[in-house]
Parts: sequence; C-alpha cells; structure tokens
Amino acid sequence: MERRRAEKHLAVRKWKNRVAAGAFFLATSVGIAALAVLIGAILRDGLPYLTWDFLTNVPSRIPEKAGIRSALFGSLWLMVLTAPVAFVLGVATAIYLEEYAKPGRLTRLIQTNIHNLAGVPSIVFGILGLTLFVRGIGLGRSVLAGALTMALLVLPIIVVAAQEALRAVPSSLRHASYALGATRWQTIRRVVLPAALPSILTGTILAMSRAIGETAPLIMIGALTFVAFVPTSPLDAFTVLPIQIFNWVSRPQEAFHHLAAAGIIVLLVVLLSMNLTAVLLRNKFQKRY
Amino acid sequence: MPSVMLHPDVQEKTETREVATAGHAVEGAAGTSGSSFVRRKKRRPLGERIIPKALLACALVSILTTIGIVLVLLAETVAFFQRVPLGAFLLDTKWTPLFQPQHFGIWPLLAGTLMVTLIAGIVALPIGLATAIFLSEYASDRVRRVIKPILEVLAGIPTVVYGYFALTFVTPLIRSVLPETGIFNALSASIVVGIMILPMVASLSEDAMVSVPRAMRDGAYALGATRLEVALKVVVPAALSGIMASFVLALSRAIGETMIVTIAAGATPKLTLNPLESIQTMTAYIVQVSLGDTPHGTIEYYTIYVVGMTLFVVTLLMNLLARWITRRYREAY
Repeated sequence: MERRRAEKHLAVRKWKNRVAAGAFFLATSVGIAALAVLIGAILRDGLPYLTWDFLTNVPSRIPEKAGIRSALFGSLWLMVLTAPVAFVLGVATAIYLEEYAKPGRLTRLIQTNIHNLAGVPSIVFGILGLTLFVRGIGLGRSVLAGALTMALLVLPIIVVAAQEALRAVPSSLRHASYALGATRWQTIRRVVLPAALPSILTGTILAMSRAIGETAPLIMIGALTFVAFVPTSPLDAFTVLPIQIFNWVSRPQEAFHHLAAAGIIVLLVVLLSMNLTAVLLRNKFQKRY
Repeated sequence: MPSVMLHPDVQEKTETREVATAGHAVEGAAGTSGSSFVRRKKRRPLGERIIPKALLACALVSILTTIGIVLVLLAETVAFFQRVPLGAFLLDTKWTPLFQPQHFGIWPLLAGTLMVTLIAGIVALPIGLATAIFLSEYASDRVRRVIKPILEVLAGIPTVVYGYFALTFVTPLIRSVLPETGIFNALSASIVVGIMILPMVASLSEDAMVSVPRAMRDGAYALGATRLEVALKVVVPAALSGIMASFVLALSRAIGETMIVTIAAGATPKLTLNPLESIQTMTAYIVQVSLGDTPHGTIEYYTIYVVGMTLFVVTLLMNLLARWITRRYREAY
C-alpha cells in the first residue's frame, strides 16, 4: 500500500517534470516565432518594393518615385562621425579604469555612472543633444550634432566592452613587457592594446549597430523627416534610415507602409552584416593565449 | 628600496626612473649616442605623466554627460514650474498642453506608460524566465548554441522596426479578434514592447542561473529531485537576486521605450484602464512635441523637459533598485 502510493507520487512528479519541460520549450519558441513572424511579415510587405530605384532615389511625395538615397548617405555620415568620437572616448575611459585608476571614490563614481548611463532612455540623450549641441553650442540640426549625441549614447557600451577586453589580456604579458624595461604607457600601447583590439573592435561594431538603428534621439535633435538631398558637410541637415522609415510608417497610405518595409529590409541587412562582421572578428582572433 | 611605503604617485615616478636607467644600459650596449638618450629621458617621463591625465579627462566625459543631463532637465523644469504650479502638475487629471484649455496634469502620461509597462511585463517576464530556465536547465549545449544567437538578433532589432510590426501586423490581428479596437491602441504596442524586452529578461536571468554552482544541483539530484524540482526549488531561489534585477531592468527599458509606442499606441493622453483605446506615454509625448514646430521658450516647449525629467528619475530609480537588489540579496557561494 505504502509502496504503491510512493510509486504513484513519483510518477506524478515525473509527469510534472515532462509537462514543465514542454512548457519551458514552448515559452522559448515564443521568442523565436516572434522573430520569424516579424521577418516574414516585413519581407512579404517590402520585398516587391525593394528595387534599384528605391536605393538611389531621394524621398518623394509620390510613393512610386520615393527612395532612400539621402537616408542611406545620412546614416553613413552619422556613422563616420560617431565612430571615431565614441571609439576614442570609450577606449580611453576603459584604459584609464583598467590600467591607471586606483581603487577609490572617483573610480567607483565613474564606474557606477557608466552603468547608470547605460540605463538612461535614449530619448533623454536626445533632449541633452537638443539643448547642448543643437542650441547650446549652435551646431543646429546638423549631422555633427546628431553624431555627438549618438557618441554619448553608445559610449557606455564601448567602455564596458573595452574594459572586458582589457581585463582578458593576461597579466603575464604586461609583466613580460615591464621586465623588458618598457614603461606603463609603452606596455599599454604596444602590448595590451594590440592584444585587446579585436574584442574592442567587436564591441565597437556592436555599439555602432545600436547607433544605426536608433531613432528617438535623432528625432529630438531634429533630424528632418523629409530631406531630398545628400549631406555634403558635417553641418548639413540630414535624415537617417530609421527616421525615413518612421516617416513612412506614420503616413496613413498603404503604399508608404510598403516603402517602410522595404527600408526596414535594407536596415536589417546592414545591421546583420555588421553583426556578422563582429562575430567573424571575434572568432578569428579568439583564444590567442 | 622601501617602495611599498611610498605614495602611489611617487612610486610610479620611481618606477619610471628605474625603467629609464634600464633603457640607458641597453642603449649603451647597442652603442647609441648619448645625446639621443638625453632627449628621450626628458620626453618619456613627460608623456608618462600626461597620458594618464588625458585618459582621465576622457573618462570624465561620462560624468559630464550625467551632469549635463541633470542640469539641462533641471534648469528647464524649474522654468516650467515658474509658470505652472506644482499642484496643477500633480493634481490635475488632464494633460493638454498643446491646445486650449491647457492642462498640465502628468497622470494621463504616467498612466499610459504604466499600462504599457505592465502589459509588456505580463508578456515578457514569465516567458523570459521560462526561456532562461529552459536554456540553463533543460537545453543541451547544441540547442543553446542555436537559440542564444537568435535571441541576440531579436534583441538587436531597432525599435522602429518593432513599431512597424506592431502597427501593420499585431494591430490588424487584434482587430480581427476584437473589432472595437482602435487603429492606435495600447495593447498592440505593449505586446510588442514585451517581445522587445523578452531577450533581455531571458539572457540576464540565464546568466544568473548559470552562475549557480553545479554542486548545488548535484546535491538536489542526489536526493532524487526531478529536473523541474531542481530548477524551481534550487536554481531559481539561488539566482533570485539576478532574476529580480533582470525584471527591474527590463521594465525600466519598457518605460523608456519610445518608437514602438509612438508608432502604435497613439497620441491621446488619457486616464483609462482599457488597453484597446489609444493612449499616450511620456516618451511618445516628447516625440510628438519635438516633431511639431514648438517655438523655444514657450510653455509647450518646457513640457518636454518636465516629462523628460519624470522619465529620467523613474528609470534612474529603477536602475538603482536593480543594482541594490543584486548587491543586497546576492547569495555568496
């Protein structure tokens, strides 16, 4: 009697485990299914509109003539200006924190601050950019103002990635360099940085792929939704791919929604190739020690 | 040499000098002329002194960014409250700064944000936690290697894309089931915000669970526990601080989400409990104002700073809460 009850109890527990395993798997597939449906819906809506003309035309009030030329070049301009600023500031901050800073109140403050900045909504960065760069130092609604805003936005991502990369460089390399008579900066520049560079670049590319998809902060600083020209200087007005997409989505006509979908395909292809580059870079240079 | 007793800065200088002397010995052996050594001796310590300062200056940019955000928001918020009394902001139940009669009650925007965050949480937290349990306790290495990159792709999709998805796919789906639903509605946007924060919950929770020591699981298995019992009675409790922190961070991300709610949730600030109606969140309001031609210095212009300040304070508190949870309730092994 006792034994049968115990066996029954065990069977119930095993059954619960199997049901739960199914439920957990089902939950996991929700995310995957969502991604599949999202990409499927976008391909269905946008693929027929993705033509060569679409890539080379400027935006137009007539859906059939509209394209993303100015948005593509705007995004390119933004990246070219954002990347160096964010990279230099981010890597310098990481080197300071990992190689020079002594544990203390200031170091802790900088570190905590970076973590908190990473959690600030991007639109708040937009408000900062609008007040500081657009109005404060008078850059106007220019690519440069957008790039500086973006650089501050992605700075925490690059700092954290670079810090991890620097931490992963074995201290034996540093000691070997010191033993050869190198100074601290010589060691960092010739030994530590080259060893950490692939991971730092991976982190930077991922940060840039975040920047290229950002919309809200650029709306704040006034990237225009209708720009029918390609910027020729950092002080020109501009639009970017996500903003062009937003502009088309917010129009009621169905035709513009299809253009938005086509624009999204281009954006996703750009993002995917950036992420792929990052992954390849990581794999190629992984495990050198 | 009593270098241990020296102040770190002094010690660093001593180190540099030693290195310079060593450099001299090597160069001397190689037959380099003395004059080049003198030049290097002057230059090198200077660089070694300047570089840390330059790096520190770069590191301070992040501090200045925070100070900048706080100052900018604070200055314009003060300007706002010089025109609108605090009572009107906290006690009024209408938010209509863009047309007459103007009302400045923050509650409709807060309620909109809260509703979106709540529904997104209902979608993302259980599914995200279950995904984390599956990945950490049930999935084989091979399955994990396939699923994790997929979730990373999901996490990397720009929010404007999610917004398009909400408006052109999820909303029609909801309307085919519940025809009274508006074209712009809170439900569609909230569900998609939930999908957006799902990878964050899953990956942060999984990190917390993976760091639970193997020995604890083995102990439970040795007592005859099933996988489910190990997961729910050993691993989840042990990783609870990390899991809670991931929940708070994900909800904070949902509060700050802008494009999805701007595109799909509408622009009608109102106090409602009905998710099928059009609402407006704090973030969507800020976008709406900045899209229009609001002249600098008007009361409408200042409202974006007040709303931005509210948003900043709420998300900052939640991020601090997440850090506090991780530190306060971390189980030490």
